[in-house]
Amino acid sequence: MMTEPIITVEKLSRTFQKGKVKAVKNISFSINKNEIFGLIGPDGAGKTSIFRILTTLLLPDTGFAHIAGYDMVKEYKKIRQIIGYMPGKFSLYQDLTVEENLHFFASIYGTNIDENYHLIEDIYNQLSPFKDRKAGNLSGGMKQKLALSCALIHNPTIMFLDEPTTGVDPVSRKEFWVMLSKLKRKGITILVSTPYMDEASLCDRVALIQDGNILSIDQPGNITKQFPRSLYSIRSNQKGRIINYLRMFKGIYNCYVYGENIHFNFEKEDHREMLVKLKKNLQHKNLFDDTIRIVEPSIEDCFIEMLSGRKSNAIENG
Amino acid sequence: MKTIKFRQFTSLIRKEFYHVFRDKKTMLILFGMPATMILIFGFALTNEIRNTSIVVIDQANDNHSKKLTQKISTSNYFTIVDKQSDPRRKNIEQYFQKGSIKLALIIPNNFSSEIESHNTCKIQIIADATDPNNANVLTSYMTSIIRNYERQISGIPNSNCNIIPEIKMLYNPKLKGAPNFVPGVIALVLMLICVMMTAISIVREKEMGTMEVLLVSPFRPFLIILSKTVPYLLISLLNIILILLLSVFVLHLPIKGNLTFLFIESALFIITCLTLGIFISIKAKSQQAAMLISLVGMFLPTVLFSGFMFPIDNMPLILQFISNLVPAKWFYTIAKSIMIQGSHFSALWTETLILTAMTVLLMVASLKNFKVRLEP
Repeated sequence: MMTEPIITVEKLSRTFQKGKVKAVKNISFSINKNEIFGLIGPDGAGKTSIFRILTTLLLPDTGFAHIAGYDMVKEYKKIRQIIGYMPGKFSLYQDLTVEENLHFFASIYGTNIDENYHLIEDIYNQLSPFKDRKAGNLSGGMKQKLALSCALIHNPTIMFLDEPTTGVDPVSRKEFWVMLSKLKRKGITILVSTPYMDEASLCDRVALIQDGNILSIDQPGNITKQFPRSLYSIRSNQKGRIINYLRMFKGIYNCYVYGENIHFNFEKEDHREMLVKLKKNLQHKNLFDDTIRIVEPSIEDCFIEMLSGRKSNAIENG
Repeated sequence: MKTIKFRQFTSLIRKEFYHVFRDKKTMLILFGMPATMILIFGFALTNEIRNTSIVVIDQANDNHSKKLTQKISTSNYFTIVDKQSDPRRKNIEQYFQKGSIKLALIIPNNFSSEIESHNTCKIQIIADATDPNNANVLTSYMTSIIRNYERQISGIPNSNCNIIPEIKMLYNPKLKGAPNFVPGVIALVLMLICVMMTAISIVREKEMGTMEVLLVSPFRPFLIILSKTVPYLLISLLNIILILLLSVFVLHLPIKGNLTFLFIESALFIITCLTLGIFISIKAKSQQAAMLISLVGMFLPTVLFSGFMFPIDNMPLILQFISNLVPAKWFYTIAKSIMIQGSHFSALWTETLILTAMTVLLMVASLKNFKVRLEP
C-alpha cells in the first residue's frame, strides 16, 4: 500500500459573514494516494467549506493546501485540470438530457465520452435506458449516478464527492459505495463526505468533523478500537421511557437511541453492581423484555463519545 | 489546444441554445415580446384620429356657421356630441372636465356677415391638452378642415375672405410635437430583451449551482462570457428582421436609408446591450435582482433618456449629461436618422464610435469582475 500523500492541508481556516461564522477552524490533515478518505460529520460541521477550499472554489483565510503537488491558490488552474468535483447540491443542467449533460462535461474538458467510457461504464449502463430523459426528471439515485459520471468523464486524478449519498435510497447508497471502491481500484483518489456514520467503515481513513474542528483522523477500525468504555445496548419498544429513566440513574455517562436500540455506558469502568441494580429496577418497572448486552462500538458511538468528552472539557475549562 | 478550445466553445453555445429553446417562457419573451411591443406601441402611438368627440358653440347660427359645422361632422375625424350657443368658459369647461370631449370649436356672432364683409374673422379652437401630443394633432386636423372650408368658399365669387383659426391649448399652453416612435420602440425592445436575457443567464448558473461545476473545470472566463452572448446575438438579429418587417408592412413606416447599414448598426447596439446584461449578471446575486436591475434600471432610463418620448434638449443640464450614458439614446439617434432621414455613416460616426466604446468598456469590466472562485 502506497502512503504517499497526494493532498496535504495545513492549518486551514475560513470564516464567513466577516468573521462571525467560523466554518473551518485551523485544520490539518493529509490524504494518501489512492485511498478513500471520508469526512464524517453532521450538517453544518464544515464539510462543504473544506470541499470548496480544496477544489479551489473558496480561498482560505489562513493556512494552505497542496493538491497533487500544486499550490491551491497560485496554481488553481492546474488543479482544476486534474480534479473531479461533485457538489452536495445536484448541479447539472436540469433541462438537458442525461446524454447531453455527459457530452457537455466531456467536451469542456476537451475529451469525449468514448475516450473515458471505461471509467463510467458500470454507472452509465444503469443510466443508459434514460439517456434521453431530462436530468431534472431523474430519481435521486439516478441523479447522483449521472453527477458521478459527469465528474468522472475527464478521468480525474482526485475525486471530490460532497455528500453523494444524501437523499438517496439505501439500495442506491450501497451501489454507490461499490462504485467508489471500483474507482479506487482504477487508481483514483477519493475524498468523500457523508453525514451517515455507517458509511464511515467503507472508507480507508476518516476524519470526524464537528463545528469546523477535526475530532479524530484514523482508519475506521482504529477509531472504534479506541472507544474507552464498555458499551451496553438494550432492545425495547419503550425507548422513550427507558431513556428518561437512564438519564436520572446515577453513574450513567451517556445514553442515546441507536436505531432500534438504546446505547449507554457508565462513568466508571468498575460498574458491575450498578448494572445489576439497573437491570433489577428496569425489570421491576416492566421496562424491558430482552437482555442488556455489551456491543462493539460503531463510528457513531465514537462520535458521540468524543462530542460529550469535548462538552465536559469545555465545561471544566470554561 | 486550439481545437479543444473550439470544441469547448461550440458545446457551450449548443448548451445555451438548449436552454433557450426548451424554456417556453424564454421563447415567449424572446419572440413574443418584440412583436407585441412593436404592434402595441405602433398602434397605440399612432397619430391617426377617428371620431373624436367635440362640442360646437355656434353663436352665429347662420349660413356659413351651419355649413362649416356640417363639414366637420361629415368628416371621419370628429363627432359633434353637442351643439349650443353659450360661449362662457364655465359652460365649455364642464364638458372637458367630464371628459366627454377633447376639443371645442367656438364660432363667433355674425360669422357669415364677417366673412362676407370684412373678409377676415376669428374662430376659436379649444383643445384638452392634458395629453399634449393628442391635442396638437387634433387642432391641426381641425385647422385643416377649416382651411379647406375657407378655400371652398373663396372659390365663390366676391368672397376672398380669410378665416384665421386662433388656437388655445387649454391646461398646457406650450406643447412639443409628437415624434416618430418606431425607432424608439426598436431601441427599447432590443434593450429590454438583450439585457434581460443575458442578465439572467450567468446568475442562473450561480443560483442553480452549475456555476460551481463550471468553475472547477479548466475554462477561461472569456469563453463563458462569449458563449453567453453569441446565442442571444443570433436570436436578436432575427428579431431585428422581424421588427423591421413589422414596421414596414404593418405600421407602414418606410425605411429611407440603407437597410444593410441599419442592420449593422443594430447588431452593434445588440452587442452593447448583451455585454451590459453580462455585466449585470456577473454583479447580481440572484436572478430576481438581475431581472429587477435590467427592468427598472434599463427600461426607465431608456424611456426617459433616449429622447423618443421626452426631448432631451429641454432637460436640465445634469439630466442631459446622464442621457449620454444611456446606450439607447445613441442607437435611437442612429435608427431615427437612417430610417427617417436616410442618413449615411458619415453623419453617424460619432454615435457609432460611442456605442463601440461603451461595448468595449463593458466587456473589459465584465472580464475584470468575473469571479474565478465562489463568492461567499
